[in-house]
Amino acid sequence: MSTNTVTAPPAEAALSRRGFFMKLGILFNGFAAIVLALPVARFLFSSITHGRGNGYLSWVPLGNVSNFPEGETRMATFRNPLVMPTDGKTVDTACWVRRIAGDQFQVFAINCAHLGCPVRWFQQSGLFMCPCHGGAYYRDGARASGPPERGLFEYTYKVENGVLTIDAGQLPTPGDPVASLTSEKPPCA
Amino acid sequence: MRLITRVGEWFDHRLQLAAPIREAAGHPVPRNTASWFYVFGSAALTVFLLQLVTGILLALIYVPSAGEAWSSLQALNHQVALGWFIRAMHGWGSNFMVAIVLIHMVQVFLFGAHKYPRELTWVVGVFLLLMTLGMAFSGQVLRFDEDAYWGLGIGASIASRVPIIGPFAVKLMLGGPIIAGATLSRFFALHVFVIPGLLIGCVCLHVLMVLKLGINEWPMPGRIVRRATYEAEYHALTKQDGAPFVPYAIWKDMFFAAFILLAIAACAFYFGPFGPTGQPDPTIIQTAPKPDYFFLWLYALLSLLPPALETPFLLICPPLVILGLILLPFLSGEGEKSWKRRPIAVITVLVIAITLGTFTRMAQFTPWSPHMNAWSGDPVPDRYIHGTTALERQGALVFQVKQCRNCHSLGNTGGERGPTLDSVAVRLTQDQLIRQVIQGGGNMPAYGNNLSPAETTALVAFLETLHPASQGPARDAALDLVLGNGQVKTSGTQP
Repeated sequence: MSTNTVTAPPAEAALSRRGFFMKLGILFNGFAAIVLALPVARFLFSSITHGRGNGYLSWVPLGNVSNFPEGETRMATFRNPLVMPTDGKTVDTACWVRRIAGDQFQVFAINCAHLGCPVRWFQQSGLFMCPCHGGAYYRDGARASGPPERGLFEYTYKVENGVLTIDAGQLPTPGDPVASLTSEKPPCA
Repeated sequence: MRLITRVGEWFDHRLQLAAPIREAAGHPVPRNTASWFYVFGSAALTVFLLQLVTGILLALIYVPSAGEAWSSLQALNHQVALGWFIRAMHGWGSNFMVAIVLIHMVQVFLFGAHKYPRELTWVVGVFLLLMTLGMAFSGQVLRFDEDAYWGLGIGASIASRVPIIGPFAVKLMLGGPIIAGATLSRFFALHVFVIPGLLIGCVCLHVLMVLKLGINEWPMPGRIVRRATYEAEYHALTKQDGAPFVPYAIWKDMFFAAFILLAIAACAFYFGPFGPTGQPDPTIIQTAPKPDYFFLWLYALLSLLPPALETPFLLICPPLVILGLILLPFLSGEGEKSWKRRPIAVITVLVIAITLGTFTRMAQFTPWSPHMNAWSGDPVPDRYIHGTTALERQGALVFQVKQCRNCHSLGNTGGERGPTLDSVAVRLTQDQLIRQVIQGGGNMPAYGNNLSPAETTALVAFLETLHPASQGPARDAALDLVLGNGQVKTSGTQP
């Protein structure tokens, strides 16, 4: 209603002292916002930046080679390389170790390649089965049936001084199968 | 009494809130909106307030640390007086909240309340629904048990499938490389600060718009919404046939709100709190994680979709559904409001409800999951072994030991992943059985590498006995002819 009565501001008002200071104030606040936003963003995205270049991965021992009989698949557990004080038991991770022969191994992630549920090994039928959505894999990790689109995730391993060691530290997911980045694909069943 | 009035006046002189509150309470609403169909919005608000209160109470004891959350839930359940009841109220409150919000949404849609000029109210409502589901998921994570742990793994696996940014989204979601302490802490922040803050803001906006624009009038078939005339018509309606919201309409809201609160309390008292189930220890893998009921349909869908369709479905459908919901009031902002003249709207709601209901029901007995203990827990029924040969019995043994039972049922026990085998011999000939066992196919793994020839022979011999007494086993008629070994008994196949 009052807008009708307000006359157009004089031309020099656009350059008035107060107007200028207000604009300067906005600019100054914008600058302050950027200065504050940088450390906030750095903090917020630290879990991403830390992981660049496989920064989360390191070699983790699974135990003596003699713990894993030839021709068998056994569960092994390891402690995640990165531990925070509030992690509790969640840093202990399980994996399936298949000793093919001698120093030839396959180490599978416990997580189903479909949606990450824990797969279980059935020695008698030579299958890994997933309790969630019914994925199944052969003993060499290849997909046997069900919704997974690929075989089980595999960790890169090496045997040093009789100790089986894997390159681990990150949850393998279908979109980021870290564990299998450097290892060969499982052979066809 | 005079003192109270004077104190009230003292405050109102400074706050100046009495007049706007009185105006809001007394604003006229169309008489026919004082209906039991119009109580779901206020009921959702009531349950939201209940969740705020019970949530704060739980936060007095709960510890958002991956190492201690589970024990603090146990303490709530068993050590703190009525801790179990507050947990149960919060858990049942969340179930009721999701249900009531959905019912409210369906009612609004069928009554055409999303149309002009209430488009923005609907859009804010869509965000409220998404935030409610966000609260439901993050709340399930805070109940930090084995289901929560593996549920996070499922969430991470879904998020990882987004092209390019997927792996980053996973690390952002988990707060690190694995599901651990940082994960729980950030879900705590989301569940307790971020989403509730947004929810409170959006609820205020939502209610403010209901007050400013007026409650949707009862839809009459033939009363068409037009942008040019609607507001004048609505104004005239409230003038001619209106009544003050308080007390004319509000008593039904109040009754229903109290009823819902008591219903939640009754469920909480009778059924108790949800979990926690086993400890969130990733080395304990004897678990079959399952989401809470509002995400069961998704669980079923992820099991039943063909593998190749899954990722496109997960990435394309949710944005499309959300976009569709947001665009709905702009695409159909005018026209008929009454469900009696909107058959497509009614059919859409029914199809969605039946689909979600069916998937939810299926997810309760998960026919797609192998029964991990069936091979050792569910024996072959006696009647299937009665009168069989030694070879066939050996086959029954192979059938159990090789875990066939985890996916195939016999006599209504065992897994349902594969077909039931009670009458498999009627469907498949001996050759077909051998081929199926050795090569697999049709979603069955191949067992060729895992069965010796003797085991295969025994297993197939047993499977061949699985047919009803009144129905003979399937035979390859051509083979009988070629071999001409006198096994041909069926008259139809005689030359």
